[in-house]
Amino acid sequence: MTELNIVALVSVGAHPLSGRPRRAEQDARAVELGLHLAGERLQVLHAGDPQQEALRAYLGMGLNQLKILEQPAHSDALPVLADYLADSSAQLVLTGSQAETGEGSGMLPFLLAEQLGWPLVVGLAAVEQVSDGVAQVLQALPRGQRRRLQVRLPFVASVDNAAPTARQSAFGPARRGLLTAEEVELVADPLFASAQLQPAKPRPKRLKVIKAKTGAERMKAATAKASGGGGQVLKDVSPEAGAEAIFKLLLEEGVLR
Amino acid sequence: MSEIIRRDPRVEWIARNRLHPLHAAAQPAAVSWMGPNGVIRKNPHGVGFIGPNGLKRIDRSGGQQGGSQKRSTASAVVQLPLHVIEQPAFHIVVVPDMVGGRLSAHDKDLLGLAHKLAGSDGAVVAVIFGEHKENALDCNGVDRLLQFEADGFSGYAPEARVLALAALERQLTPRHWLLPDSRTGGGELGRRLAAKLGVRPATRVWQVADGVSSGRAGAGREDLVQQAPRVVLAAVECAEPVSETRHEVRALALNEALVRHIPRIQDLGAVAVDPAQIPMAEAEFILSGGNGVKDWALFHQAAAALGATEGASRVAVDDGYMGRERQVGASGIWVTARVYVAVGISGAIQHLQGIGACDKVVAINLDPTCDMIKRADLSVIGESAAILQALIERVAAYRQGGARDAA
Repeated sequence: MTELNIVALVSVGAHPLSGRPRRAEQDARAVELGLHLAGERLQVLHAGDPQQEALRAYLGMGLNQLKILEQPAHSDALPVLADYLADSSAQLVLTGSQAETGEGSGMLPFLLAEQLGWPLVVGLAAVEQVSDGVAQVLQALPRGQRRRLQVRLPFVASVDNAAPTARQSAFGPARRGLLTAEEVELVADPLFASAQLQPAKPRPKRLKVIKAKTGAERMKAATAKASGGGGQVLKDVSPEAGAEAIFKLLLEEGVLR
Repeated sequence: MSEIIRRDPRVEWIARNRLHPLHAAAQPAAVSWMGPNGVIRKNPHGVGFIGPNGLKRIDRSGGQQGGSQKRSTASAVVQLPLHVIEQPAFHIVVVPDMVGGRLSAHDKDLLGLAHKLAGSDGAVVAVIFGEHKENALDCNGVDRLLQFEADGFSGYAPEARVLALAALERQLTPRHWLLPDSRTGGGELGRRLAAKLGVRPATRVWQVADGVSSGRAGAGREDLVQQAPRVVLAAVECAEPVSETRHEVRALALNEALVRHIPRIQDLGAVAVDPAQIPMAEAEFILSGGNGVKDWALFHQAAAALGATEGASRVAVDDGYMGRERQVGASGIWVTARVYVAVGISGAIQHLQGIGACDKVVAINLDPTCDMIKRADLSVIGESAAILQALIERVAAYRQGGARDAA
């Protein structure tokens, strides 16, 4: 579509039930969006272990090669990626919104944008057009809404589940693709000196605390139907007056666009 | 207290017992007495007692003594104790999402967590951008309120907001920043702020106890347990909301003037989305029809005019007017709309369960006694077709007027 230099950052995900390594869901969506925009010229970058077989699932989406900045587990990916991107001619960096393994704080795109001094678009859904170094993009909002933004190149964008669904990974291209590793300076991540990971337990359902002082109040709380209590009731009004009241409420709530 | 009027046997007993210290007070008002001119005056209102139906009963058998006055019911509104922090030792700053201008349940949980962290000598500062419609800030634990004027923060302006929060950081140096880790803005703003301040935040935090925060890590299979950092992005139900104290919502001002900056991201406004494409469970505005809707063509026309997602009650779905995937309620979809307009739905309990998470409910119904009206914030009693028709015309007039203003 355009002559954009796009870099997609990918990580190794984990299956939600088995925990087995796989391609990360949101990163795959970022690659998909990048393939839409740049096709063959999309660069895909990973910081981590080049022997990881799960990375081949990204190659199976139709990539020729995947670049890897070689790092052991629990090292800090941020400075490495920031150095690499600052030296590259990337105009758009696509990431998922949070990793499926490790800390998964979702801070990487924010810190990357801060370090590179680039603007950041969160929840990118589509790039509509690029002209004169300015991109017009659609941002996904909660509740299925979209917002149009204009942002100057280069910028960092994170995608979430509103981005186009990732295509299937094909086995043959996944085998044929190249994983090219590059030696980089190692920076240790200080997080795990002070924090530890524990298996998560499902959280208990919040109990409804009844602060009744008397038996009658407890009885009332236990048997009460859901009720707003004391809503405004318009009786014996003309349809126009009723419609006007509803219209006013809708306008006040800002749902009429 | 219930409003039912009852006889009070205890007061009647006191009235009969001449040795009781309250005997005099429990005597009924004098029924007849000698007037100044020697004429007997009578007070007919003092006779008898008010029965359980609110009717005056007169017991002429002589059995009734005293207790004629209506038992006064204690006023139901209990004023919660005011929590005053005159000289706060430290500050906890909360930036609530304020979806639709009101505190969401997530915001209230967050304020509860802030109150827990502040203890008895810290102050909870809430930062609100632009106007708000919340009138229960005091009951939700806001000690100080910093409200920014709307200009410069309207629309999508995360960079301006982060600059404003960074200015507040220089002024107060709060012990903790608490933001909701939500998709409605808090998660993004909190991460931008943490990147700006150079703090490594704890995200998706579901508990902070004894200075240790626990938050989900990765894809939710593990928890990250660490000393609570300065910036905490908390998940829903991270703490119980404040319910037992009232707080002075004292206004706070920023000392320095905010510098204007040129935004690098320009907001070009919302894009029209086909409301039928939005999944019902997350639609913001739902127009739902039930048994009372007779003219379904008009109903669809109204939904299109309002830009609302369509829903239906079970009866309408069973009768074949709407698809099964549009059913709201216990056996259909549990919706989370901010505004839910129920047309001709009487409100079976299964349907009311399905709309439990909705903020504002509008009911259009013929029956003023139905359960939906008890749940609704605004009810219009009348024929649904006429009201929908009037609503379509009103919205069309508004849209045309708006277009003329813009042109």
